[in-house]
Amino acid sequence: MLVYTLVMLVPIFWSLGYTVFEGNPIIGFTFVGWDNILQLFTDPKVGDALLFTLKYAIVLTVGQVLVGYGLSLLYVFWLKKASGVIRTLVFFPVVLPTVAVALLFQALFAIAPQIGPVNSLLNFFGADSIDWFASGATAFWVIVIMDIWRSMGFYAVLLYAGLVDIPEEMFESARLDGASGWKLVRHIVIPLSLPVLFSSIIFSINGTLKVFDSVLALTNGGPGNTTTPLTLYMYQTSFTYGEYGYGSSIALMLTILCLLVTLFIFRSSRRDLTKG
Amino acid sequence: MTTARQRATKLVPLIAAIGVTAFALTGCSAGGSSEGGTTAPDKFSYLSFAENTSIQDTLTALSTGECSAENEALPLDITTQPQASYDQQLQLLAGQDALPVLFASGNTPQVAKDLNTGGKLVDVEQALADLDKSDAIIPAAQSTIDALYDGEQYVLPTEFNVEGIWYNKQLFAENGIEVPTTWDELVAAAEKLNAAGVIPFSADGQDGWPLTRLVGNYIFRDLGPDALQKVADGEAKLTDPEYVKAAEAVADLGAKGYFGPSVTSIDYMTAMNQFLTGQAGMFYMGSWALANFNDPAQNQIGAENVGFIPFPTVEGGAGSADQLAANVGVPLALSKSTYSDDVASWLGCFADNFGSSSLQNQGVITGFKVNTPVEDLPPLTQEVQTQIDATTQSVLWFEALFNAKAATTSQTNASQLVTGAMSPEDFMKAVQADIGN
Repeated sequence: MLVYTLVMLVPIFWSLGYTVFEGNPIIGFTFVGWDNILQLFTDPKVGDALLFTLKYAIVLTVGQVLVGYGLSLLYVFWLKKASGVIRTLVFFPVVLPTVAVALLFQALFAIAPQIGPVNSLLNFFGADSIDWFASGATAFWVIVIMDIWRSMGFYAVLLYAGLVDIPEEMFESARLDGASGWKLVRHIVIPLSLPVLFSSIIFSINGTLKVFDSVLALTNGGPGNTTTPLTLYMYQTSFTYGEYGYGSSIALMLTILCLLVTLFIFRSSRRDLTKG
Repeated sequence: MTTARQRATKLVPLIAAIGVTAFALTGCSAGGSSEGGTTAPDKFSYLSFAENTSIQDTLTALSTGECSAENEALPLDITTQPQASYDQQLQLLAGQDALPVLFASGNTPQVAKDLNTGGKLVDVEQALADLDKSDAIIPAAQSTIDALYDGEQYVLPTEFNVEGIWYNKQLFAENGIEVPTTWDELVAAAEKLNAAGVIPFSADGQDGWPLTRLVGNYIFRDLGPDALQKVADGEAKLTDPEYVKAAEAVADLGAKGYFGPSVTSIDYMTAMNQFLTGQAGMFYMGSWALANFNDPAQNQIGAENVGFIPFPTVEGGAGSADQLAANVGVPLALSKSTYSDDVASWLGCFADNFGSSSLQNQGVITGFKVNTPVEDLPPLTQEVQTQIDATTQSVLWFEALFNAKAATTSQTNASQLVTGAMSPEDFMKAVQADIGN
C-alpha cells in the first residue's frame, strides 16, 4: 500500500495540484485558480487534439478488434492446429520497438528522398505518387494502418484464447441443428465470446485514447497539429512550452475521458449480457 | 435517492482531502527562483546538446592544449542530452539548483531568459570585464546577443552564423541568370531554373524553419529591421496586411512548385544533398553549412561553384541587403551557483582561445575574436569571414523573439503554407494566436 501510494497516488495528486498553478521549475509557480481549466474550453488546439484522439480511438479500436477477431476465427476454424506458426508471425510486430516500426512505415510510404514501395505500387497502376505525410488526412490513415499492423497479433491471440474456451459440444450441437458458416458465428461464436470481446474493446479504447509513441515517431503530430492527440499536446505544453499547470489540466481532461469511456463500455456490456 | 445523497455526502470530505493533498504537494514543490550562494565545483561540468559535437571537441582540444592548466585545477567533464528533451532536462536541473557549470542555454532564447529571471546565470559581460576581456566578443555577435536577449549578456556565442541564399554558380551561368539583388529578380531566377528542370530552392520542409526564415527575411527587407521586435512588443501583429504579404510571397513560391515536389518530406540532409549534387539551384542556409560545402565527399558541385547571396531587397522596402540575418548558434551559459575562481580562470582561457581553436580545428566561425591567426582557410570560409567583418547591422530570424509555443506552431505549419494546405492569413493567425499579444 505504501509503495502504491508513493508510485501511483502521490504523482497523481501532485499533477492534480499543478492544474491550479502556472509556471515551471525555472520561473517558479503562481496560483491561477481555475484559469487553466477554463482555458481548456477556449483553446482551439485542445478541440483539434480531442477530435483527433476520439477519431483515432474509434477507428483504431474498430480496426484492431475486427482484424484481431477475424484472425482469431481464422486460427480456430480454418488453420486449427496448424495456426502456431502463423500466430507467431502475426504476433511478431507486437514485440518490435515503436520507433523501428515508425521508420519502416515512413520508408514504406515515402516520396522523398526515394519513392517508397506504396507509391511505387501506385505508379505501377498508373496513379500519381502521394505525399502521405503532407496532409493530416492521409497521415492519419498511415498511422492507423501502422498501428493496426502492429497490434493485430495481440488482439488475435487475446480473442483466440476466448474462442478456444468455447466447448466443442456447443459447435457440434449447433451443426446438428443445421447451423454453419455465418450462422454459426452469429449465433454461437459471437455471443459466447462477448466477455473477451468487451475486454478487448476496453483494452483497445483505453490504449488508443492514450496514443503517444507511434504518433510521435511517425509524424510528430504534424503537419501543423493535424495529427496531434491530447497526449502529445499535453507533453508539448508541459515540457516544450514549460507550461506545467496547463499541461496537467490537459492530463486531467484525458483521465476523465478514459474513465467516462470505460464506464460507458462497462455499462453497455452489462446490459448486453443480461439480454443475451 | 437518499442512498445517492448519502454517498455524495460521504464523498465530499474525500474529495476535499484529495484537493488539499494535491495543493499541499504542489505547493511544496512550487520553488522557482532561488538566490542561493556559490558552491565551488570540483569539475568543469559541461552539458551539451548530444547532436552538437563541435563545441565538445573544441573544449576537449582546449583542455589538453591552451587551457591545460585550468583543466588541471578543474577537470573538464562533458555530458550530453538529446536536443529534443534538452529543455526538460534544464528545467529539472534548475528546479533542483543543480545546473552544470557550463551548459547549452536551451532550444529557444526564452529558456535562457527564464533562467536569468530566476537569477541562475552569470552576468557574462561583468565576468569578462572583471577578467579584463571585455573585447573578447566581436561586435557583430555582440549586436546579435543584444537583440536576442533584450540588451543583456548572459550567454557565450560559440558560433556566429550569417544566413543567406547559397547558389550554384554553374547552374546560374548555364541558364544565363545574374545574381539577384531584389525579390522580383529572385523569383525570376527561380522561374528560369524551374523551366530548365532544376529545383529552384532546396528546402527542409520537414523541420520547417528554412521556410519560415524566408518569411522573416522578407518582413525585415520590406518593413525594416525592427519589424519583428514590434510584433514581440505588441505594437504590430502578424495578421496585419503588411506582415501577411511576406507569407503570401513565400506561399507563392510554393504554389509555383519552386521548392520541388514533396517539400514536406524533405529533411535537412536531403535538402543539403539536393543542393550539393546539383539538383537544386539555390539553398537558404546559415554559414554553419560551410563544413558541408567544404567537404569534397559531400559537395559534388565543387566548393568553387558555391556562391553566397545576402537575402535580396524588396522593392520599396525599408530594409537593406547588407542587414544580414545572423545567429549565435548554440549559445552557452554559466551557472551562477557554481561560479568560482577556477571557473573564472576557465572563462578567461575560453575567451582568449575558443575563437581560433574552433576555426582551426572545426572550421566553425564563432562570436569570439580570433586571437591566433588561422592559416589556409578554405576560400569559401574566407569569403564568409569577410562578409561577417563587413557586417555592421544584423537581423534575427522569424521566430527569434517568439515563445516556444509560437515558434513550434510556425515551424510545424511552414510546409502547409508552401503546399497551399494552409492560407497565408491562417498561418499568420495561428502563429499570432500563440504569441499571445
